[in-house]
Amino acid sequence: MLATSPAFKQNARDALADVGLQKALNFTRPSFAGRREAAVAALPEFERLRDIGRDIKNHTLANLDFYLETWAANVERSGGQVHWCSTAEDARAAVLAICQKAGARTVTKGKSMVSEELGINEHLEKHGIEPVETDLGEYILQIRREPPSHIIAPAFHLNREDWEESFRAVHTDLPEDRVFGERRDILTEARKKLREKFLAADVGITGANFLIAETGSSVIVTNEGNGDLTQTLPRVHIVLASIEKVVPTLEDACAMLRLLARSATGQDMSVYTTFSTGGRRPADLDGPEEYHVVVVDNGRTGMIGTEFQEMLRCIRCAACMNHCPVYFTVGGHAYGWVYPGPMGSVLTPSLIGVDKAGHLPNASTFCGKCESVCPVKIPLPKLMRHWREREFERHLTPQTMRTNLALWGWFARRPAAYRLATRVAARVLGWMGRKRGRFHSLPFAGGWTDGRDLPAPEGETFFARYARLQREGQV
Amino acid sequence: MSREAILGAIRRGLKRGPLPDDQQLALRARLSAHPRHLIPARSQLPRPEQVGLFVRNVEKEFGTVARVASLADVPAAVADYLAANNLPTDFAIAPHPELQRIDWSQRPMLALRPGRAEASDLVCLTHGYAAVAETGTLMLPATAQRPTTLNLLGDTAIVVLRASRIVGAMEEAWDLLRAEHRDDATGGFMPRNVMWVTGPSRSADIESTLELGAHGPRRLHVVLLDDDQTATGQAATG
Repeated sequence: MLATSPAFKQNARDALADVGLQKALNFTRPSFAGRREAAVAALPEFERLRDIGRDIKNHTLANLDFYLETWAANVERSGGQVHWCSTAEDARAAVLAICQKAGARTVTKGKSMVSEELGINEHLEKHGIEPVETDLGEYILQIRREPPSHIIAPAFHLNREDWEESFRAVHTDLPEDRVFGERRDILTEARKKLREKFLAADVGITGANFLIAETGSSVIVTNEGNGDLTQTLPRVHIVLASIEKVVPTLEDACAMLRLLARSATGQDMSVYTTFSTGGRRPADLDGPEEYHVVVVDNGRTGMIGTEFQEMLRCIRCAACMNHCPVYFTVGGHAYGWVYPGPMGSVLTPSLIGVDKAGHLPNASTFCGKCESVCPVKIPLPKLMRHWREREFERHLTPQTMRTNLALWGWFARRPAAYRLATRVAARVLGWMGRKRGRFHSLPFAGGWTDGRDLPAPEGETFFARYARLQREGQV
Repeated sequence: MSREAILGAIRRGLKRGPLPDDQQLALRARLSAHPRHLIPARSQLPRPEQVGLFVRNVEKEFGTVARVASLADVPAAVADYLAANNLPTDFAIAPHPELQRIDWSQRPMLALRPGRAEASDLVCLTHGYAAVAETGTLMLPATAQRPTTLNLLGDTAIVVLRASRIVGAMEEAWDLLRAEHRDDATGGFMPRNVMWVTGPSRSADIESTLELGAHGPRRLHVVLLDDDQTATGQAATG
């Protein structure tokens, strides 16, 4: 996927002016956080499970070579094939080769973020194979030729009118005067259309939420059942998985599953959690004859042994973006690549380079909500700060910002000067803003005041107040 | 070769070579012991309450449950359910020995077709291997007697489940499979596919609003056979 992350600032401006997007964001925001909160409240052990989830992933990453080899040996023992791919190009070629060998004309697909990352659809199309996204959200995006804006709710930025318009445009065999009275009518039409595709497909491609070393299984988690139809009906099943998806045992997977759905959609368990191990057995009446796993590095090994290794614990639940004030202001597309929100702001620079994605780790208020809801306790603000540091070290930060940072740094290292400067600034600003209590505009601070007012300081600085309260014995 | 490249890159990142034998041995021991982690307290209840929790959780997830006292009562329960929901009386049924032992002829209206599901099937009936009270989840391992398509293709999925097969947590259900199932192809216990099903298919992709019946079944109905003496107290009280 072509990244527009370098244009983040313009993307964000466009997003703020997009009335439809803002409507969808405001409509969705309360429900995402509310559902998770309710599910977590119903499981008193949830906080302990987060520690367990973090520890399982850390243990696996520390022994990743061993667990990947064990997993691969068990896939092969159950009759499956593993295709190791270092780069996106290798992975695209591997998928295409399997499809071509199967004589595939159409390929159904379950939702897979790695597939977006690798650009599988474009590659198949270029070689005359039709990929069909079957997750409802991904289906409409494929029709509209848009990328997903969220990793588990890919089309939540669209409103009902958008669905109707797109369905009328492509389902031209259906009566023009049909009425979409309710959301259900949209769903029913998609179900009917996609059922034909499920039955016709030669190959089914899914992602993987987990790989199980102990058994050589891949796991998918869905609510619609599209992933299961995708992997059950065609003759060939291809799993796309990145290397960090592996966990040692089924019991480890159980612990992770207790975290995943609650953090993602606020469900105790998603509707379908399916473990696939090899292809159809001789006596089976259904299931794919061939089972392939394309296991992809695509930049992840470069994170191992660095401060960004912790990011490889991510289980793609989307809790971080669901709770992010920046994400819910600009939406997912502004981030300009596959992974939006806080997890994307850490992962994207790792995978496509901080030179292209440097804006993303800067697009954070560091409020810390993302870290506080992360099911595997990834310190996302800390990792974003590491990217800011690297950006600074590589002189990718603009000169004005470097100058201002240097200026701030000079004061920060001299507490007496810092206190004096803030005291003077607070006095002057407080005096200037004494009438209205706020500023609509300020020199050198247009970036702030364009979007909102700056409250005028009232009275003493934080330092002064803290010192006073300490003297009075109140802190 | 990519395999060696990836493994090599991982080891370089971890600043070590392949794991020494003693460490590999320790990891293999962890794999064969497959230790459990935290099991939520809410799943560990006395039997009657555990079965009750399962039923409540299925219903919370928009499934339905009908409790019957014996296998002989299953045909009537299925026929009643189909009639109450205006559903056709012909259905695909899993060729499972336990379902085959049932005398379906007592309900002559029912037309059964044993085997996998086909695209035209509106109703499918399968056999529940086990179930998890913690989340109201059915465990459906794919075997020749329990084809996967039955879980997916019908508009309505019906599952016949023994109450004695309801366990507290997923880990306990895996233990059953580990102990009872042998896969001829691999010599291990994992069949080709194990589906865990919690309620009927759904999607919230249109305006973040939940709608049932996305691509899989719109309805999920459990016919629960109260075969568990320790759990029948629940049947009387609620």
